Amino acid sequence: MAGTSAGTAPPAVPAVRVPRRRGTELTLLVVAVLLSVYGYCAVGLAKNDTVPPGAAGYGAGLGVLALVAHLAVRLRAPYADPLLLPIAVLLNGLGLVLIYRLDLETPRDEAAPAQLIWSTVGVGLFIAVVLFLRDHRVLQRYAYLSVVTALVLMIVPIFFPAVNGARIWIRFGGFSIQPGEFAKILLAVFFASYLAANRNALAYTGRTLWRFRRLQLPTGRVLGPIVAIWLLSVGVLVLERDLGTSLLFFGLFVILLYVATGRIGWIAVGLLLAALGAFAVGSLEPHVHSRVEDWLHPFASIEAGRGPNQLAQSLFAFAAGGMLGTGLGLGHSILIGFAAKSDFILATAGEELGLSGLCAIFLLYALLVERGFRAGLALRDAFGRLLAIGLASILALQVFVIAGGVMGLIPLTGMAMPFLAQGGSSVVTNWIIVALLIRVSDSARGQPVPVEAA
Amino acid sequence: MTRYIRHAAAFCALLLIALLVNATRVQVFQADALDADEANRRNAIVRFEQPRGDILVDGRPVTGSRDTGEQLRYERTYKNGPLYAPVTGYASQVYGTTFLEHAEDDILSGTDPMLAPLPLWNDITRAQNPGGKVETTIKAAVQQAAYAGLGGKRGAVAALEPSTGKILALVSTPSYDPERLSGTDRAVADTWAELNGGATKPMLNRAIRQTYPPGSTFKVVTAAAALDSGEVTDPDAPTKSPNPYTLPGTSTQLTNEVDGCTNASLRYAFRWSCNTVFAKLGVDTGLAPMVGTARNFGFNDSGLRIPSSVAASNFDTSMDRAQLGLSAIGQYDTRATPLQMAMVSAAVANGGSVKAPHLVDRTTTEDGDVVDATGAKTLRQAMNPGTAAQLREMMTQVVDEGTGTNAAIPGVTVGGKTGTAQHGIDNSGTPYAWFISWAQAPDDPEPSVAVAVVVEDAAADRGDISGGGSAAPIAKAVMEAAIGAH
Repeated sequence: MAGTSAGTAPPAVPAVRVPRRRGTELTLLVVAVLLSVYGYCAVGLAKNDTVPPGAAGYGAGLGVLALVAHLAVRLRAPYADPLLLPIAVLLNGLGLVLIYRLDLETPRDEAAPAQLIWSTVGVGLFIAVVLFLRDHRVLQRYAYLSVVTALVLMIVPIFFPAVNGARIWIRFGGFSIQPGEFAKILLAVFFASYLAANRNALAYTGRTLWRFRRLQLPTGRVLGPIVAIWLLSVGVLVLERDLGTSLLFFGLFVILLYVATGRIGWIAVGLLLAALGAFAVGSLEPHVHSRVEDWLHPFASIEAGRGPNQLAQSLFAFAAGGMLGTGLGLGHSILIGFAAKSDFILATAGEELGLSGLCAIFLLYALLVERGFRAGLALRDAFGRLLAIGLASILALQVFVIAGGVMGLIPLTGMAMPFLAQGGSSVVTNWIIVALLIRVSDSARGQPVPVEAA
Repeated sequence: MTRYIRHAAAFCALLLIALLVNATRVQVFQADALDADEANRRNAIVRFEQPRGDILVDGRPVTGSRDTGEQLRYERTYKNGPLYAPVTGYASQVYGTTFLEHAEDDILSGTDPMLAPLPLWNDITRAQNPGGKVETTIKAAVQQAAYAGLGGKRGAVAALEPSTGKILALVSTPSYDPERLSGTDRAVADTWAELNGGATKPMLNRAIRQTYPPGSTFKVVTAAAALDSGEVTDPDAPTKSPNPYTLPGTSTQLTNEVDGCTNASLRYAFRWSCNTVFAKLGVDTGLAPMVGTARNFGFNDSGLRIPSSVAASNFDTSMDRAQLGLSAIGQYDTRATPLQMAMVSAAVANGGSVKAPHLVDRTTTEDGDVVDATGAKTLRQAMNPGTAAQLREMMTQVVDEGTGTNAAIPGVTVGGKTGTAQHGIDNSGTPYAWFISWAQAPDDPEPSVAVAVVVEDAAADRGDISGGGSAAPIAKAVMEAAIGAH
């Protein structure tokens, strides 16, 4: 891209900037909003043979959110990647459609209105980040504040009662948030900062194990925080029964460590520790153990005469969708039961949009992740690079862990599909992640391209 | 660092590929097995999502559908449920389907591909056809006459049109209302327990699923075998039959309920139902001809479908001479469904030709376009036409001046045969009263109805009179209805 731009630029100018592409973003946003409104209408037409009464309001609401976010980007991040915001709006809009669609089956327990409010909060925070965070490198200063806050956020839910077997919620009044969701971002900031500062020490010093240079362990002073983080992730899992979050933290850390140091040995050690931890917890902790059992034998409860469990119901839903899906509003994924709108939202997508729709959703996530990686590649400060990779990896790992879980690829863990699933904390967090990616991609694309590179 | 970022990106791409491959595995390769899983409630939801097609009697539905708005949405309703239960069966959310509801389920539920406007149309549109209709051969008047005739008694009636095999009535009593099995609430489970626990077995379809010792009505088969095999050439010639008759190789002596059976002619013995004559006749005719004729009437056929499967009627294929003698008068191991005995009567009425009995006249789409029509089909030739003519005459005499006078209809040619079947330990049970018959209206070229009636708890007066007394009046009412409705 730099090469083609350089050809059109006057030779006297030492550097060129990439095109801003804000018009592209606006066009894609219109498409994303229209697709969501179309889905909303399709649900109503399928269920009640009428366009749902809230269609105009829904479209207007989503449209205004998208427009305001777009204006914020245009104002403060003009070089940002034009795909990030439209993908987030489309996924969020589709999530609202799916939740609204499931609400029709549970008229006494509506989740879409709350989700719309949370989405608005999320977009609000998105705008705040884009407007007030002028340079992502500022975050590096708050690395230790971030990790302390993250730890506090993760530990607090231990003092609140468990919900459906997991202690990951804080409840007050009629209100509940999942602090672990916010801890994700804070930990990504800390990891990126710590590794950017210590990458040389991690990469080039320490004792060699056996005779393989690649299996070289750093000194205890540098290694300490890493082991602490590993123990923390297992601790979180045991105390809060939250396999998903600990897996996410761990995967995030191993990826960033590898990217920072380039040592295959880290991945080997990471996988070994993860396997040990997972095996220990899987066999000792009954809640996790039963998840593993369900994964290995999803139809055991049917054979035992207790009827299909959630995972079996989820697999039935995906199978019912087949290649093309039943059509929005025409599936029966509500059979999955209480987590249909949250952890299992993807089953509704799989049933009603089919394999084709599911692939489209996966590719949207993949595009989001790829754009994050691309921003990381283009940045020149180590912290920014690691932050972008970390945020993109969080999205990738989340999608893999939850999609793999509900489709029987890996044991099920309670996590929220980014933007799609019901859950206020999750939607808000993911909007902040997209805001940070917008910020770093603006820096990456907006920075002058050296002439030598062309 | 750039190189390692690319590695990390490749790792994320690998995760994506794993998801796509796994999605394809579940949604394409495992989909059929998962869809077909019995625990997958979708099948039930889709099945009850639309009203079920109707079963028609005389062109009017005897079934209906009720929209409950529940997950398994449409429930089956029945008009005159107990009357038609042996025909329709039930279609329950919980307990599945039986009889026509079961046999024609693809049509009624709309899944039969023949209901689609174009081949493969529904595979493309994913649309579901509205349920089709099943038009039965049942005549409401005949069915009602049979049901009313049985009244509170335990028993069954099967009525056929001899020339086509159309089933005009299929009644089993006591009956039940299949509507009580529709739905998913607690009452359905209670009903199920009640119906299955009842000593009277109301859900047993006695007309096609229960076999009884046919008693003397089986003498029609024995007479046909004797005449066809040449054992008897002149029905009016005296036979060499002692009274009592000692079963060959035993000391068991067979006697009669009536006088004049010693050396009686076949005609006399048939009219008055002489056990001695027919037992000896069966022995003299021999096992192979007896088995062959019984088989041609439909005995030992376990594959009969109307389209619900009919219990096989039994005539043993290896017996000693004493057992053969008893079997020839419808005892020992000989057992028959009421439908089988109606087929015996119909074969006589139809020149010896056994038409395939069937309940479904045709199936149509919801709009009435014919999907499939059942025509008359010959199953087998049970006997020579000449033999059939002789038996027709003998059966007429049973009604005119023999044991079956209770079935006589003024101005109508009626042929019949009574039967009483002992059962229980040492024949302690109340005998089953049988009557099989056919009727031909004066302006009809051939008999238009053949009937078999069995009454389990007949009045306790023993002897052939029981069949004539308890069962014949019911047959008469059924035949009158059939001729009137014809």
